[in-house]
Amino acid sequence: MPFSPSEVIMSDTATAPVSVFAPWQDPQAKPLIQFQNVTKRWGDFTAIDDLSIDIYAQEFFALLGPSGCGKTTMMRMLAGFETPTEGKILIDGQDVAHIPPNKRAVNMMFQSYALFPHLSVAENIAFGLKRDKQPKDKIEARVEEMLSLVQLNKFANRKPHQISGGQRQRVALARSLAKAPKLLLLDEPLGALDKKLRQDTQFELMDIQEKTGTTFVIVTHDQEEAMTVASRIAVMDHGKIIQVDTPSKIYEEPKSIYVADFIGDVNLIRGNVTKTSEGHASISWAEGQSELTGIARSEIEAGAVATLAVRPEKLSIYTSRPKDQTNVIKGKVLDIAYLGNMSTYVIETASGETIKAQVANTRRIQRRQITWEEKVWLSFTDTAGVVLNQ
Amino acid sequence: MKRFGLISVPYLWLLALFLVPFLIVLKISLSDTALAIPPYTPTLDISQGWEGIKAWWIALDLENYFWLASDDLYWKAYLSSLKIAIISTILTLMVGYPIAYGMSRAPDEWRPTLMMLIILPFWTSFLIRVYSWKAILSNEGLLNQLLMYLGVIQEPLVILNTNLAVYIGIVYTYLPFMVLPIYSALERLDESLLEAAEDLGCSRLKAFWLVTMPLSKQGIIAGSFLVFIPAMGEFVIPALLGGSKTLMIGKVLWEEFFSNRDWPVASAVAVVLLLLLIIPIVLFQRNEEKQREAEK
Repeated sequence: MPFSPSEVIMSDTATAPVSVFAPWQDPQAKPLIQFQNVTKRWGDFTAIDDLSIDIYAQEFFALLGPSGCGKTTMMRMLAGFETPTEGKILIDGQDVAHIPPNKRAVNMMFQSYALFPHLSVAENIAFGLKRDKQPKDKIEARVEEMLSLVQLNKFANRKPHQISGGQRQRVALARSLAKAPKLLLLDEPLGALDKKLRQDTQFELMDIQEKTGTTFVIVTHDQEEAMTVASRIAVMDHGKIIQVDTPSKIYEEPKSIYVADFIGDVNLIRGNVTKTSEGHASISWAEGQSELTGIARSEIEAGAVATLAVRPEKLSIYTSRPKDQTNVIKGKVLDIAYLGNMSTYVIETASGETIKAQVANTRRIQRRQITWEEKVWLSFTDTAGVVLNQ
Repeated sequence: MKRFGLISVPYLWLLALFLVPFLIVLKISLSDTALAIPPYTPTLDISQGWEGIKAWWIALDLENYFWLASDDLYWKAYLSSLKIAIISTILTLMVGYPIAYGMSRAPDEWRPTLMMLIILPFWTSFLIRVYSWKAILSNEGLLNQLLMYLGVIQEPLVILNTNLAVYIGIVYTYLPFMVLPIYSALERLDESLLEAAEDLGCSRLKAFWLVTMPLSKQGIIAGSFLVFIPAMGEFVIPALLGGSKTLMIGKVLWEEFFSNRDWPVASAVAVVLLLLLIIPIVLFQRNEEKQREAEK
């Protein structure tokens, strides 16, 4: 009897339906931002290493990576606070190298929010508008509009130190949106908020992005945040972009072990490629275990060493050997972690490898059938895992 | 009880070192001058009992204060002191602000050194430093020698014994009192605020004017009071560097006290000066309180 209440249902990610908004797949689309072989160095240190990327209008683009990967430098170059050592940055087809920050149609929401402590909430939001020498009633109307957008009308006359962290974050957002920039940069915008508030705000951000139609570029080290809000994610490491893709592709079809490992939980199973066919590859990985098959790109060749990356939630767990399953792993239960909504089973194989499987707790805990040291079989479909080089 | 004891220490200190001397000065200002030791009358003689105290009390009057009001020397001296104190406060601010700004923008590793350079002059005697300005500013002094050697001037500039020398002396002496509070305000300034201002369309100059200046306001106010209050009653600098035309209340006070040996009038001058300074002192305290509140 399979333990999991239902078969793991998976959409075939290789032929995922094209979402409505995907200008990066349209060769005719003109990108809003173009990085052309941009390099940024400080002395010996290379922050950005020969990086090229296109970002399209109305995208919610996330730069994701560990601290020091160069994501903040990229953002500061877009804002105009840093200039590239080599290469070009084009915004709307125009080289911005010599345009100072105050002359760019780009606004930034700072990590520290950078609200002016001597000005009220309304004055903070009006700050940028006043620099444009707009008529007074127009400024007032716009401030009012922005206050409603972030639901802070009641707090218009408070000073920044008189409101909560979440409210400050919204003032910062309203201030950076007030001038209706072509491009809004968000530097770890939710870093200072607690988890619950962060989740609410993520949806609010997406809502506002949709409403205003502004292009958002967000810098974050929080993969969950990037997955939630972004239309595309660029995973960065050491000044290079490792992979740019939609959140689902990044998660389901990582192109490298680095990306697979950086985003979410993953089982990495190393073995030798035995055969390849039609976008699939099989690896033999341990004695006494059957071969495992996953999606593979063309550069995977038979005979090479490769790694199969498969997410724990893609694995089903059985108390007897399942029939009609391509990928089966035999082992015994080493550990069970109960997480409330789901349980993680750590399975040890005969060769000493540990593999994680995550199962949704659709039944109450008393009904759990599998316990420690029990012999179990894991299985997953041949589209669940990805075979990666090395 | 223990707590009361602890609190009472600073109060006793203030009582012994500020209030009691002030009351003595106040009492002398209400007395009459006399050829005696001490040079005023009446003196309290407790040995005569209640009658003595009564006689002492009756002898006190406000005569010296009327005298201050009737002779224009005094109010002219007060006004002149006020003018000199205001001008030198503005000059000190103009010199001190850029120094404080430069210090706050200097690389982290330089700051302790720069701070040291500001404080270092305090380790020598104030009197010696003011004297050395005499050597710099006099007709045959270092400054004139240098300028004449360079051919900038043919005749020596007369600086010493003028109000200009007093201004130079006050600015030099009180500069740290201006620099340190402004520096402490500027140092706390978050760099990203300036970037945010630029991002929202300010030029650098405008960002300085709209963000840096308002956020260092508390420091400017504190520094200005710290210079203005002592400059108002300054005596040593006008006495050493100023000329006979430099009229300052500190000098008048000194002359009344030591040249004229008129302790009662000198005390009255001091009491009036104190009353005049209470206004800026209260304003200063209020500013400090506001700042503390803003930091909460």
